Amino acid sequence: MDHFPTNWGRPRNDAFDAYGTHPIHQRPVNTPKDAFDAGVQHTQQPIVTGTSVLGLKFKDGIMMAADNLASYGSLARFKDIQRLQAVGTNTVVGAGGDMSDFQYIQRMLDELVVNEFTSQDGHTLSPAEIHEYLAQVMYARRTKMNPLWNSLLVGGVKDGERFLAYVDLLGTTYSASTLATGYGSMLAQPLLRKAVEGREDTLTEEEARQIIEECMRVLFYRDARSLDKYQVATITAEGVTISDTQYLKTSWSFAEGIRGYGAQTQ
Amino acid sequence: MSKSSVYSSPGFDFSNIVRNNFLHEKGLPLPKATSTGTTIVGCLFKDGIVLGADTRATEGPIVADKNCEKIHYITESIRCCGAGTAADTEFTTALISSNMELHALQSGRKPRVVTAMTMLKQMLFRYQGHVGAALVLGGVDSTGPHLFTIHPHGSTDKLPYVTMGSGSLAAMAVFESGWQPNMEREQALNLVKAAIAAGIFNDLGSGSNVDACIITANSTEMLRNVEMPNVRVQKERDYKFRRGTTAWKKEEIRSLVVEETVTPIGRGDEMDTS
Repeated sequence: MDHFPTNWGRPRNDAFDAYGTHPIHQRPVNTPKDAFDAGVQHTQQPIVTGTSVLGLKFKDGIMMAADNLASYGSLARFKDIQRLQAVGTNTVVGAGGDMSDFQYIQRMLDELVVNEFTSQDGHTLSPAEIHEYLAQVMYARRTKMNPLWNSLLVGGVKDGERFLAYVDLLGTTYSASTLATGYGSMLAQPLLRKAVEGREDTLTEEEARQIIEECMRVLFYRDARSLDKYQVATITAEGVTISDTQYLKTSWSFAEGIRGYGAQTQ
Repeated sequence: MSKSSVYSSPGFDFSNIVRNNFLHEKGLPLPKATSTGTTIVGCLFKDGIVLGADTRATEGPIVADKNCEKIHYITESIRCCGAGTAADTEFTTALISSNMELHALQSGRKPRVVTAMTMLKQMLFRYQGHVGAALVLGGVDSTGPHLFTIHPHGSTDKLPYVTMGSGSLAAMAVFESGWQPNMEREQALNLVKAAIAAGIFNDLGSGSNVDACIITANSTEMLRNVEMPNVRVQKERDYKFRRGTTAWKKEEIRSLVVEETVTPIGRGDEMDTS
């Protein structure tokens, strides 16, 4: 009888080594093998971050929006970042969370698109396939305890089918007719749901744009890590359009008559 | 508080916290606080203030009270919505309501909103945040309409529209996109109802019905359950059994009314020692 579980199922020759004594079996070690290995770190916290991304379904396709800010903690460091990335001709990926991990994801997606193109089989990647690929990657990284610290929205139109889904650093996925990441899920989602739910097939592009603008305005008022410059991505059967930077008109005069924070009157 | 008189000495009184920690170390499980996990809002309009609240009280993940009242009475034209620990909001607002009545009698004047706000903030600061009461205080007094928000640590804000509780972000999103200065009564009430509904449907700590209270210089209208968007559906099946489902062989009717006659003994006014 072979008493060692680590030998069960492994190749051995019963003629001269019935108990699988060679090679000498050792428990696998996880210590660094060289100086490079010792320097490898797992992501502990996001450093340069993007805030919410919004997405909604309308009559002709999908509309997504994200502001142009990458914050460094509480510093508004990079104010002209594009957080919406077109992938192929019919999908857009929007990212919140760590921007360096998003740049890595962008490189991966570029590679994916190039590989698909060079296979020249007449197929193009659909948004559902890109979402599935990202979900697998994100969950695999989470399992290795080294996540890509992002929350991603994937939206697109393929063969008349509209697709909008979410995937995050844990590998959680879900799909709905309105989605928002980060603070957007608490501030913008109530507004998006009220405006869109039930009307996905009759909402026009103009109405959708107004809803998005209203939500971005509320986010700028109430999210302390947001910016009043944003871009909107529209995906229809015709293709992907990512707009130029739009500026929000805001009003800060609502409490002009108020003095102090309590009993003060002057 | 260990003293029962109205006067509270200066400085911090933490005697109960010492007692609670001692009991906890001895093995007594700390009582789970019922939290209101709430959406409460207040909004200034042309003629006064509209306050709104949902009606769900939670105990962790369980709904403890499906239809509780979160808009508390302070004085005739001042009301206070409470979020946070339910016991703390109830007792704090009741205490300040009593003190306001005494203060009004002593001064001979109609009570003011800033008085209630000052009493609340001074008490909450004294307890350094251990009294978990987050309040939206609003009312109309001789100086006009006022709306304040008071946080558990004692800070206050004076604003034309405020939201508190776990559903505050959902409600604030509705306010930020819909509030304008000098709204009419109907417009303001609809805005408040929409804000509370956003909290009810998008926040798990809020739910059930919408309460509202409209305070103007002349009147205070308490609209309890002004909107009930979560009424339970009628049961599809009927669980009654028809008369005659079970056959019976014998019928016997007995009267359970006992006859009694009272005979008075003595003069009639002795102590009853029966």
